[in-house]
Amino acid sequence: MEGLLLISARDNVAIALRLLPAGSTQTLAGQPLVLRQPVKLGDKVAARDLAAGEIIRKYGVPIGSATRAIEAGEHVHLHNMKSDYLPTYTLEDDHRFIPQGH
Amino acid sequence: MILTDQAYLRPDGAKGIRNQLLVVYLVECAHHVAREIAFPFRQRGVQLAGFGGCYPNEYSFKMLRALCTHANVGAVLLVSLGCESFDRKHLRQAIEAAGRPVHTLVIQQTGGTRRTIAEGTAWVEATLAGLAQTPRTTMRLDELIVGTVCGGSDATSGITANPGIGRAFDRLVAERATCIFEETGELIGCEQIMLNRAVNPELGEILRASVEKAAKYYTIMGHGSFAPGNAEGGLTTLEEKSMGAYCKSGDAPISGLIKPGDVPRGGGLYLLDVVPDGPPRFGFPNINDNAEIAELIACGSHLILFSTGRGSVVGSAISPVLKVCANPETYRNMSEDMDVDAGRILEGRGTLEEVGTEIFAHCLRVARGGETASELLGHQEFVLTYKSFEPIGPACHPTYH
Repeated sequence: MEGLLLISARDNVAIALRLLPAGSTQTLAGQPLVLRQPVKLGDKVAARDLAAGEIIRKYGVPIGSATRAIEAGEHVHLHNMKSDYLPTYTLEDDHRFIPQGH
Repeated sequence: MILTDQAYLRPDGAKGIRNQLLVVYLVECAHHVAREIAFPFRQRGVQLAGFGGCYPNEYSFKMLRALCTHANVGAVLLVSLGCESFDRKHLRQAIEAAGRPVHTLVIQQTGGTRRTIAEGTAWVEATLAGLAQTPRTTMRLDELIVGTVCGGSDATSGITANPGIGRAFDRLVAERATCIFEETGELIGCEQIMLNRAVNPELGEILRASVEKAAKYYTIMGHGSFAPGNAEGGLTTLEEKSMGAYCKSGDAPISGLIKPGDVPRGGGLYLLDVVPDGPPRFGFPNINDNAEIAELIACGSHLILFSTGRGSVVGSAISPVLKVCANPETYRNMSEDMDVDAGRILEGRGTLEEVGTEIFAHCLRVARGGETASELLGHQEFVLTYKSFEPIGPACHPTYH
């Protein structure tokens, strides 16, 4: 079964359906896509090259924007995209909240 | 469609799917005594709820009034310390007016902890006998109110469990049942799409304004409705989480906007606005998932559909909580806590349609008395905090005459 899911045809990120290794070739909309990093279930992968500042689309709607250029097949998460509403906070090992992407 | 002929008929005409006796503390200082009264009866439908604050608050009064007169509640024991601000007299009168047996114990008047526990225990024992005689009646599906909430969301929630609940909601609304979704703070980014689903443009504007209010409120608080575990679970932004959460509402037209304690009339789909009005005064709108569940129940929800990806275990006092697990790995790890394995879609073991049908079937099963996983495990979490709201206007509920 396929490893990536494109929820809407308008999306520029696909969703990993299980743990997928870096360097593996996946099929997305009939085209091959080579993963740049390992991804796990639910992670986002760039479906094509994205420019810095470009709107990220999932479910066919904007979910934030790229903070730098992203290559097709790259994992898309806190390190290369941000919210266009409110910053996302993650819990670091020392239990301080660190705002991401802003 | 006839749902059951075994619903509990209350003297005010309300029809419940559970027959709970609620022990309610009116300030944290009475919590221990109330818990000691309720705990030995926990297998017999006696549950604990209450409000911890000592300062008066209109919202918390409205919430407890709605919860103590909920269709699933057959009798109420109020436990007061005696010097707190809560208006226990008017709460008791409202419960009496709804025809439920009610008794108030004031610890300072009864003579302390031990005597109050003894009196409370005796009242519960005697009242349970009467509660067992509650008349049963026929209840149609269009008399059922179902709320939905998500908690411990991850990137699978928006692909499996939430759209699965959306399909079940569409079936319920088609049968003229009442469905409630909530957390305007988790709809930030969805406002333009959502307003087009309102039954009229005026309501669409009210829906949009409610999400704008949430965005402003959360900006002042400095946190969105987004926990660190959400990011570990593959969600990156608040609006990504929002879109995933939004699909719980399905595709039906939105019939109205309600606030905590408002019970919608006439079937259909409603948005519950949980974000306080005015400038932030009491902190985060809802400090955890159970605060939202309590509000859905205060709006009349007979049962709650709870979508989780990371794996939540909570239940609730008053109304059963049904777990729809979005993530197949979480399901394997915590299957005893889950009712529906929606994540199986991701492994090719089912379709979204099948999951929606299964959730709908569970609603009927639970409404007919079948227990949920969280009920079987004894979960009865409850929390109520301070808030302030302006009342809704007629434009918020245009179908109600």
